[in-house]
Amino acid sequence: MSEELKQKNAKLVKKLVIVALLMFGFGYALVPLYDVLCNLTGQNAKLQESAEAEQKFVVDENREVIVEFVTSVNESTPLDFRVETSSIKVHPGQYYTVNFYAKNHRATPIKAQAIPSITPGLAEEFFKKIQCFCFSLQTFEAHEEKTMPVRFVVNPKLPERYKTITLSYTFFDLTNNTEN
Amino acid sequence: MTAVVAEHDDHHDHHDHGPEKGVLRWLFTTNHKDIGTMYLVFSLIMFFVGGTMALIIRAELFEPGLQFVDPQFFNSMTTMHALVMVFGAVMPAFVGLANWMIPMMIGAPDMALPRMNNMSFWMLVAGILLMASTLFMEGGAPSAGWTFYPPLVLQTGNAMPFAVFAVHMLGVSSIMGAINVIATIFNMRAPGMTLMKMPLFVWTWLITAFLLIAIMPVFAGAVTMLLTDRFFDTSFFDAAGGGDPVLYQHIFWFFGHPEVYVMILPTFGVASTIIPVFARKPLFGYASMVYATGAIAFLSFIVWSHHMFTVGLPVAGELYFMYATMLIAIPTGVKIFNWTATMWKGAMTFETPMLFSIAFVVLFTLGGFTGLMMSLAPLDFQYHDSYFIVAHFHYTLVPASVFILMAAGYYWLPKWTGHMYNEKIGQLHFWLSAVSVNILFFPQHFLGLAGMPRRIPDYAIQFADWNMVSSIGAFMYGFSQLLFVYIVIDTIRGGTGEKVTDEVWEGASKHGLEWTVPSPAPYHTFSTPPEVIPTEHF
Repeated sequence: MSEELKQKNAKLVKKLVIVALLMFGFGYALVPLYDVLCNLTGQNAKLQESAEAEQKFVVDENREVIVEFVTSVNESTPLDFRVETSSIKVHPGQYYTVNFYAKNHRATPIKAQAIPSITPGLAEEFFKKIQCFCFSLQTFEAHEEKTMPVRFVVNPKLPERYKTITLSYTFFDLTNNTEN
Repeated sequence: MTAVVAEHDDHHDHHDHGPEKGVLRWLFTTNHKDIGTMYLVFSLIMFFVGGTMALIIRAELFEPGLQFVDPQFFNSMTTMHALVMVFGAVMPAFVGLANWMIPMMIGAPDMALPRMNNMSFWMLVAGILLMASTLFMEGGAPSAGWTFYPPLVLQTGNAMPFAVFAVHMLGVSSIMGAINVIATIFNMRAPGMTLMKMPLFVWTWLITAFLLIAIMPVFAGAVTMLLTDRFFDTSFFDAAGGGDPVLYQHIFWFFGHPEVYVMILPTFGVASTIIPVFARKPLFGYASMVYATGAIAFLSFIVWSHHMFTVGLPVAGELYFMYATMLIAIPTGVKIFNWTATMWKGAMTFETPMLFSIAFVVLFTLGGFTGLMMSLAPLDFQYHDSYFIVAHFHYTLVPASVFILMAAGYYWLPKWTGHMYNEKIGQLHFWLSAVSVNILFFPQHFLGLAGMPRRIPDYAIQFADWNMVSSIGAFMYGFSQLLFVYIVIDTIRGGTGEKVTDEVWEGASKHGLEWTVPSPAPYHTFSTPPEVIPTEHF
């Protein structure tokens, strides 16, 4: 193989290796890109992460929206997690409080984080939580049971097509997570 | 193209050495033919390893209920079958063909980077061995499907990091192979071999190589994120830390969809090489074939979410991915049309390579149609994760990629070995394969439409009959492939004893430079580049 050809090959290989490395970076760039695209399309919108101040709405007595509650724990989380009722009928604009209960059934303390999800996703911006256990990491002492109220309101501006909103919480065990 | 070979190098100069003796020849070889042979033999072995796993799956599904294996092992089998077949059998087989044929087709003495060529082969072996070693680990081999979806895949036992590193090694091996192919095609073509004169197999491989360089690093990144999520407390896909498992599916299928074209584009190339020879006509629409291949490769990057219609995409997203996916049918249709037009009014003969190629055109079209059905987002909600998708992708892989690999084997074996294979047994192999592959996969369409989910070891009683038929087809298909092994060994040992000419197939020397060198092809070919006379396309 001539020197000239060897050099030509080496130059091309260098370029192609750079492309491969850039594509490895592109895989990681998809992570922030995904959040941006989700926000733009209203999918998987970043959920409310802190409490809203309570503001006055005109209560729409003539309209009823069903709010459903779903509780679950991630596979290894040692919590019994339930809610006082599976669903309630609400008037948009009025404030409600619903109690959630969680009991640590282990003899050691645990830390757990509840991750909320609202369906349909596009109704999320009309569902406001004033108080929620999901806003912070929860610590449970051994066998401790906690009552955790959630106070919320449905904005009367909620479009007519939404009849039912489902609020779901999943508890994740973060006891062994070094970041906390 | 027509080629005049100025000088055959079958009369070697004295300093021109042949192969080394013994096992070291294979360990350290940098000869493209040796490495091509190793790739092909390795992929044939892996074809049987993956096939055995498939037969374990089909044996378990022969009847409802649990008979032979426990569900965990069953799931390992579906996962490992896919990984072995994709990364161990089909991809390396095409790399083997590329090694053997690309230098001979473009008049180059060897691949551009012979040492890297050797390294990428042995890295592949190491990667596959690492992957296979997980079968013997605590917690079993990966069993969450070859797509490695979190959070399920994070429950894998000790096998998880090994599977991830195996994917890294296979990725590096593929990328090195792809770089080699691109460098060879760009820098090593004989004078007069312009890009638009290259055989279609070379063209499709060039485009495939670019796909590989673009996607394998993305897959490596995705599995690395899984690894750090599992062991280093990152939260790319963990909802507890603000991540999202659906993100993994997006990254995976950004790799995954081009990946399935990595397995089908070289298939198109081989079909476009074989069909004109046995139709005794030039390939119809050469330029449109090249552009169609490019178009398919481009589209493959912008359709990935059609694998995820049911995860909850915005309606605009569903519509976009639906229409973009349907677009792929156009360049694919151009190809099917061109193959048919090539055969039209040709003086066709039906030797084994041609039989496999015709079966490919028919059965790949069928697999393409079911793909078109699933591109319709509302219908996909029914087909998703059912046996219908299993039937679809097996139609695009087995009677397409695998059939064409068989065709390529029969087509080039006489050139590789210098002997003619046994045509009678070859035809028997074809007919057994063509009939049994349909018994195997066609009923899976019915099962899927009736609601049978994929990746389950047991099923409801109403699926029993078609599962039994499918399993019978599976064993017929699996065991008929042993005929191919017999034929290959028999041909290497002398075959029919008939001396084959340089061009082997009547008129083949008009279709490719590889038919202008002696049979068997000498250890070094085109040490002096051939002169390619500029003529119209053949």
